[in-house]
Amino acid sequence: MLLIPCPFCGDRDETEFAYGGDAGTERPADPGAATDEAWTDYLCFHDNPKGPHREFWFHRDGCRRWLTVERDTHTHELGAVRLSRP
Amino acid sequence: MAAMQRYSIFSLLRGALSGHRGWQPAWRAPEPKSSYDVVIVGGGGHGLATAYYLARNHGIANVAVLERGWIGGGNTGRNTTIVRSNYLLPENQRFYEHSLKLWEGLSRDLNYNVMFSPRGVINVFHTDAQRDYWIRRHNGMRYAGIDAELLTRSDLARLVPALDLSPAIRHPIVGGVIQPRGGVARHDAVAWGYARAADALGVDIIQDCEVTGIDIQAGRVTGLQTSRGPIGAGRVGLAVAGHSSRLVEMAGIRLPIETHLLTATVSEPVKPFMDKVVSVAAAHVYVSQTDKGEVLIGGTLDGYNSWSQRGSPARLEDILSAACEYFPRVSRLRQLRHWAGVMDMSMDGSPIIARLPVEGLAMTGGWCYGGFKATPASGWCLAWTLANDAPHALNAPFSLERFRTGAVLDENGAGPVAWGH
Repeated sequence: MLLIPCPFCGDRDETEFAYGGDAGTERPADPGAATDEAWTDYLCFHDNPKGPHREFWFHRDGCRRWLTVERDTHTHELGAVRLSRP
Repeated sequence: MAAMQRYSIFSLLRGALSGHRGWQPAWRAPEPKSSYDVVIVGGGGHGLATAYYLARNHGIANVAVLERGWIGGGNTGRNTTIVRSNYLLPENQRFYEHSLKLWEGLSRDLNYNVMFSPRGVINVFHTDAQRDYWIRRHNGMRYAGIDAELLTRSDLARLVPALDLSPAIRHPIVGGVIQPRGGVARHDAVAWGYARAADALGVDIIQDCEVTGIDIQAGRVTGLQTSRGPIGAGRVGLAVAGHSSRLVEMAGIRLPIETHLLTATVSEPVKPFMDKVVSVAAAHVYVSQTDKGEVLIGGTLDGYNSWSQRGSPARLEDILSAACEYFPRVSRLRQLRHWAGVMDMSMDGSPIIARLPVEGLAMTGGWCYGGFKATPASGWCLAWTLANDAPHALNAPFSLERFRTGAVLDENGAGPVAWGH
């Protein structure tokens, strides 16, 4: 069970959160100008490391803010947690 | 190479009368040769099936299967053993139905009892919308020539007496569907049977051999670096389930795959009380009773990328409470063990059985929840792809390019969210 240290709510159980996936992806700034290649990379080709991972979590049952969390996908050790949009 | 010792009622009797001292090992333990025509990475069901069909269907027997651990010790031994072909999309229907037909003859084919038990796979539903969806899906199956039946509540009461059909529960069951030819098989036996049959055709099965690098020269695969030294290869097939993205990374390739955990749990053994596989739509929990009498319960993903192989206790609680809700008599059973397998979740929920953008390199992976039932057809198709350097019509839709062209196979309509399938 993960205890995610929310900057507003403190250590909270993973069941309060919704997972948002790889935080390394960047939505093309101008969707109309983006190539198919760029869209596919954004949508489908994400980092999948066995180790440190930067990822989005939404505190659905708490402060309802999006967080960017550093987590090791092998040991589940949590690193820095910050607001995705300060 | 000694001829394979064939198993039969007579060999069993001979064994029984001679104190079971005459049994040979089911496969050899050879030292790796310096090179092979084809090397398969991954000695699970899919890799071993690939080697078997390469030798049997295509006459390519100078083949090695490299396994990091031991045969049957990976995801082959962590699934919930369900076999079915109840899909809606025609590409999936054709592929999984081909697989089911291979299952039906597999024990004879391999001269090994894989204990395939076509006991019927039932899905129950709780709302009108779910009912419409399942009827549509099963009508689609019938249209494709696959067996499928609609079940009323009284059918369900007759077929699965253990199921709680009372209207008093939180999400009452209003009906169900069944694929009668679906069922379960003994998962270890599938790996062992394919290993033994492939070995008999001349395939080298090399255990305790981890791949640490993929050699590529001028855009073509030439061999593998392994913990047991370099091994040359004309072609390489990858069948490593949850570790697909890590392995292809060695060849500089990215996959539309994320690795997630799926929890399953098994109870202490009890007398037979349920001879069907039952999947409950409301909770995404699926329950069957094994031949040993254990109640085997599979659930849904933890929901975030993980390679830890330790499932979340929160998810385990979900799975067990759903099982107790719909099968009240399991509530007092002790759980013997639970485990979480690493799932290679693809972005459309369908697998990739395809050549990769390095010549001579192909893979089967991205199996999400559904790899076990696909074992025979996955091996059959990857063998074809490696032998002909081109996909068969059955696996052509499961390409890597589909994510770029948009021809995705999103059975659930969930979109490009790996944990949404």
